[in-house]
Amino acid sequence: MNWFYFSSPSTFYRLAGWLSPWFFALAAILTAVGLYYGFVVAPTDAQQGEVYRVIFIHVPAAWMSMFIYFVMAAYSAASLTFNTRLGAMMARALAPTGALFTFVALWTGAFWGRPTWGTYWAWDARMTSELVLLFLYFGFIALANAFEDPRRGDRAAALLALIGLVNLPIIYFSVHWWNTLHQGSTVKLTGTSMHVAMLTGMLLMAFAFWMYSIGAALTRVRSIILERERRARWARSL
Amino acid sequence: MTTMALGSLPGGFAWAFSRDFRLAWRNPGETVLVVAFFVLVASLFPLGVGADMRLLERIGPGVIWVCALLAAFLSLPAMFSSDYMDGSLEQMALSSHPMVGWVSGKIAAHWIMTGLPLTVLSPLLALQYGLEADTLLVLAAALAIGTPVLSLLGAACSALTLGARGGGMLLALLALPLFVPILIFGAGAAQAQASGLSPSPHLSLLAAGLIVAAMGLPAAVCLAIRIALD
Repeated sequence: MNWFYFSSPSTFYRLAGWLSPWFFALAAILTAVGLYYGFVVAPTDAQQGEVYRVIFIHVPAAWMSMFIYFVMAAYSAASLTFNTRLGAMMARALAPTGALFTFVALWTGAFWGRPTWGTYWAWDARMTSELVLLFLYFGFIALANAFEDPRRGDRAAALLALIGLVNLPIIYFSVHWWNTLHQGSTVKLTGTSMHVAMLTGMLLMAFAFWMYSIGAALTRVRSIILERERRARWARSL
Repeated sequence: MTTMALGSLPGGFAWAFSRDFRLAWRNPGETVLVVAFFVLVASLFPLGVGADMRLLERIGPGVIWVCALLAAFLSLPAMFSSDYMDGSLEQMALSSHPMVGWVSGKIAAHWIMTGLPLTVLSPLLALQYGLEADTLLVLAAALAIGTPVLSLLGAACSALTLGARGGGMLLALLALPLFVPILIFGAGAAQAQASGLSPSPHLSLLAAGLIVAAMGLPAAVCLAIRIALD
């Protein structure tokens, strides 16, 4: 089997077109089950009441916002080291979804913060680093589109993603040290202090967002491939 | 230009440093503008927030740091772009000196022309904000350690945006989020001193940041320049 068969845009275009509906379907099913768990099965929180149910959107979105940045940086590293075109296209395709989830995490966090902390926004460590992450995504998207030559944009943005990846933990720890109001992590690898139904709902939603991200990135990468390869024979014969 | 048959790292550093320094020395307008901007913006804050000396003393370190950050940022577009436009950047890349050497020389020259004047001037501004003498010294020390990191990070962003559309705003979007840790530790050092704590953890972290940045970022700048010249 040739491992690099799907690293060519023309073959990957077909693969992505075939895969993305499946991922969207999985995302829809998982969202339905996850929301059912979140709104029906999960009990009301003893301290926060019903408000806490934002968690089923907020936490998975925050997880995905960081995870997508890592994946994007990995694709960027691959595209820089192996000079692959598809890696850079995938990084570009992931960035808007990552920015979207970062925004959703900030937005839902604000509406969660208002009733529980009494404020929409606090200069808390995680919120501040999430905001910086949003700017990193915007910077990536802006830099990738700032050049006449798309390959130039690919490579510059890839390098920026890697610089941002090194900086991200530093930014996180610096703001963490600077100010912390946000509650600590409830879900840890060594066990959790959460009700099982709450955790199930949250994990289901996280998987739903994950599947949605893959589906959205694959759909977006198809348009990017078509745009780049519009002069190629296979694209014109479509 | 002398023949550079045998390139070397220190040779390239010294050559680029002295070239950029001489250019700035003979045409000091840019450096003066950076310094003037720094002083002007720092003087605007009391007009905006009121002349309450206690409040000014509290926000002073942060305000001075933000002003230094913006002033350092303003001078970034000039770092590589004129050399890129007239083709000398390409000539330098073709020279026998290793790229890391002369790139580091240019970054060092940039710091001498922006970061150093800001550091030297900062005690004067700190006096305007009524900071105590020891806080003032810590602020200057933090700026002395932190502004080179700004030059290093800024150089990477400046090289990435060479030939890009919408240069200035794009550069702000790239560079300013990356400056966040420096701002936090830099302003934190002076604030710790002002509130009676030891500033040394902040200063140590700044110095650690400087070491990491000085080791990693010149290579990233070189890669960015190679991408731009491709």
